[in-house]
Amino acid sequence: MRLYAFRRLAMALPTLLVISVVIFALLELAPGDPMAQLPSGISPEVRADMRISLGLDRPAPLRYLLWLNQILVIEPSVALDTLLGTTLSQNSPRILSWQTRGPVMALIAQRLPQTLVVVGLAYLVGTVAAVVLGVWSAARRDSALDRAGTGVAALGYGLPPYFTAAVLIYIFAIWLGWVPTVYDTTHKVTGWDSMVTQIRQMILPVAVLSLQTTAQITRYTRAAMQDALKQDYIRTARAKGLPERRVLLDHALRNSWVATLTVIALGAPQVFAGAIITEQIFGVNGIGQLLVRSLHTGDLPVVQTVTMLVATLIVLANLAADLIIARIDPRPVHA
Amino acid sequence: MLARLIAAGVLAWLNLSLCLPAFADVERGGAGLLRIYYWQAPSTLNPYMASGIKDIEAASLVLEPLARLDPQGEMVPWLAREVPTYENGGVAADMLSITWNLQPGLTWSDGSPVTSDDIKFTVDYCLASGSGCAQRDKFRDVSAVETPDGLTAVLHFAVPTAYPYGPFVGPQAPVIQAAQFAKCLGAPAGSCTGANFAPIGTGPFRVVAFSPGDAARFDVNPSYRVAQAPGFDAVLLKGGGDAVTAARAVLVTGEFDYAWNLQMSPDVLAAMEAKGNGRIVTGFSTLVERLVLNLRDSENPVSVTEASTRPAALPMADIAVRRALSMALDRALMVRIGYGAAGRVACNIVPAPAAYASQANDSCAVQDIPGAQDVLSKAGWVDEDGDGIRTRDGRELRFTFQTSANGVRQDFQMLAKEWWRQIGIRTDLRVIDGSVYFSANPDNPDSLEKFGADIQMYASASDGTDPEAYLSGWTCENVPNSRNGWQGRNVGGWCDPAYDALLQELSVTTVPEDRAALARRLNDMLVQNYVVVPLVDRGRVSAHSNTLAGVRMNAWDSELWNIADWRRITP
Repeated sequence: MRLYAFRRLAMALPTLLVISVVIFALLELAPGDPMAQLPSGISPEVRADMRISLGLDRPAPLRYLLWLNQILVIEPSVALDTLLGTTLSQNSPRILSWQTRGPVMALIAQRLPQTLVVVGLAYLVGTVAAVVLGVWSAARRDSALDRAGTGVAALGYGLPPYFTAAVLIYIFAIWLGWVPTVYDTTHKVTGWDSMVTQIRQMILPVAVLSLQTTAQITRYTRAAMQDALKQDYIRTARAKGLPERRVLLDHALRNSWVATLTVIALGAPQVFAGAIITEQIFGVNGIGQLLVRSLHTGDLPVVQTVTMLVATLIVLANLAADLIIARIDPRPVHA
Repeated sequence: MLARLIAAGVLAWLNLSLCLPAFADVERGGAGLLRIYYWQAPSTLNPYMASGIKDIEAASLVLEPLARLDPQGEMVPWLAREVPTYENGGVAADMLSITWNLQPGLTWSDGSPVTSDDIKFTVDYCLASGSGCAQRDKFRDVSAVETPDGLTAVLHFAVPTAYPYGPFVGPQAPVIQAAQFAKCLGAPAGSCTGANFAPIGTGPFRVVAFSPGDAARFDVNPSYRVAQAPGFDAVLLKGGGDAVTAARAVLVTGEFDYAWNLQMSPDVLAAMEAKGNGRIVTGFSTLVERLVLNLRDSENPVSVTEASTRPAALPMADIAVRRALSMALDRALMVRIGYGAAGRVACNIVPAPAAYASQANDSCAVQDIPGAQDVLSKAGWVDEDGDGIRTRDGRELRFTFQTSANGVRQDFQMLAKEWWRQIGIRTDLRVIDGSVYFSANPDNPDSLEKFGADIQMYASASDGTDPEAYLSGWTCENVPNSRNGWQGRNVGGWCDPAYDALLQELSVTTVPEDRAALARRLNDMLVQNYVVVPLVDRGRVSAHSNTLAGVRMNAWDSELWNIADWRRITP
């Protein structure tokens, strides 16, 4: 089992290196200019000076190697320095954003809490709802509840977040006035009242996002449960006189976990990638919003670093999914 | 009684001299939190490292220049005691120096005094090599700064400078604190994150927290020079979403007090204003949406006089074609559809200040399709084969019209295509993503400078009230080509030595009236030769809540220029 984990990890490293080359090359070839937002009155000479101060006069392969060194060596040592108080980094040049001229990692650290709170909570709510709904509708197949569940799933699949968000904002924020339309990222939870404010501003984005998650996962849960419920051991369990609740949760759900957990684990990295559209609409300035803005302004160091981190998380999530499945279901490893 | 009279007199004087709205009880703070929505959030608070107007405006709460421009485009002294002019001796007669005097007793928000050394340092900071200072154009000609005493700074110019108000006038070029930025000279300027994100300033507010691209929080600067200002205790400047989110947060739900840059469909904006929670404010300066007609003959710029004598030249080289293209446009309809209250018909490329705006071209406001048809027929362009497209000497009037992806611009493209169809010109439309179109990268084939079409549309403005630098964008040497790496603002490729000579005259003229007259002549040359076809004078459009008083929309300076005077009222 440990050997299997190491082998998978070793395979992940070249994958990540290839991904990093591809990301860099794609961004390098894509059109765009970090100076495009400057007022038109600024002269070409000044623009050229600014470009040099960003290090854009160096050839692309050299910039890639510098960036690789920064992300593999310098940034981890800076992180260690802050955590342990060591002096490993010795003021080596960090990855700097072209827009803000500040360290990219500091930007990510600033944005990650917003994304984790909103998108993470939405993922949690969405998965729990999906599993409950999936199990329930499989157990009461063709009942009104099953149909309603299928309806919700189709709705979540069919409606894009920019539509559901707009409708929810119109109903709950503008018409009823219960919740704000704009998420205040500077709001700090210090007590009961500010907690209520925080919940009110989170409800809509969390609702929009969890509808998506629920729709994606509940279909898998329902299908896996239905497969499991057709098996002989379910009939045996029922014949033993077990209560239906125990049949469902201990026997059927446990055997259908493999499919459900894979889907949940593979979807988990999106929590760190943020939700580009929903973040934009509600003004939750998390990682997704950072990524979009950086793309628009040609801020390549930010785009590269964020996409690389997300890619790493996706590779790791794949690995985690494989390991979890190996743990709960030993068959694939031995095969 | 006497004391009260004097107090009232002093207050009245203060009101007058500081342009404060006359409120019954003016005092510092007490109005709580001012919530401002800049949907494009600032990415730095140092204007010298700015990558757009958003950064400059956000920084204007903290950093201040020596003089500002008011909503009419008039210079008003800010940190300086008065604006130096030729009349008061502040500007040398040989145009080689300008002397600024600071107000006495100014302090930074950390309590230390503001001195002429800070002015000198700011110049050094922006001119230091490797700094990537975004405002270097303003300081380029400054050769030395002399500081005879703590309040006086003399800026010497390397070349005679007829308009010496580049450095330290307007929000782009404020004074920064020498002590804070001393370690940020040259190459480290960009990575001086601590100073760039929280500059120490003289303005009514100081930075409390800043997260780039997201939000900034400010509180009152305790050493602000005006005892009764600012009215608010703190400011939240929040970004994210888009113009519609911002407008809604102020005009519909009232979550914010002020929303910046509401470039959106005018009927949607008007419907939001109709809710009665807030007001739309507009301000006009020099931003003109224009068409540029391509006069470049592959690589070589075409001189107008030369082109008209060459029958086989490009159709666009014929002034009759260019004139017809302009006459067929209904600019009033374009304003109504695209900009509403935030636009005005533009017949000049320099539309403001009033003294600089020519009156000679005002007839462009009326669409004249029969007139345009007539102009083309007289020039020999006729539709011989009945396909609806006019031809002459085997060349069709068929043009490609490109612009950036933007709802309003695409509407304008459709309108123009239809009007030009009516006068026998066929137009193919092309749309390029803004980040590509406005990218000056020489390898980019779709840039504004490469101009891979016959007609293109974009907006540009003169920086500040004096149009000399702006008008110098149409000189022969400013034509982008492969030899200069596709740099330069004369994208149409028009080249006329007479224009260059007139511009040279402007650069040595100091009397304001004469400068204005020359600028009008230069404007008329551009417009009457149809080098550029002005369409819409675009204003800034923002909105503020009815509970906010004191907003004086300013398109020449930062919109937040007088934020110290903003107050909370009960509507």
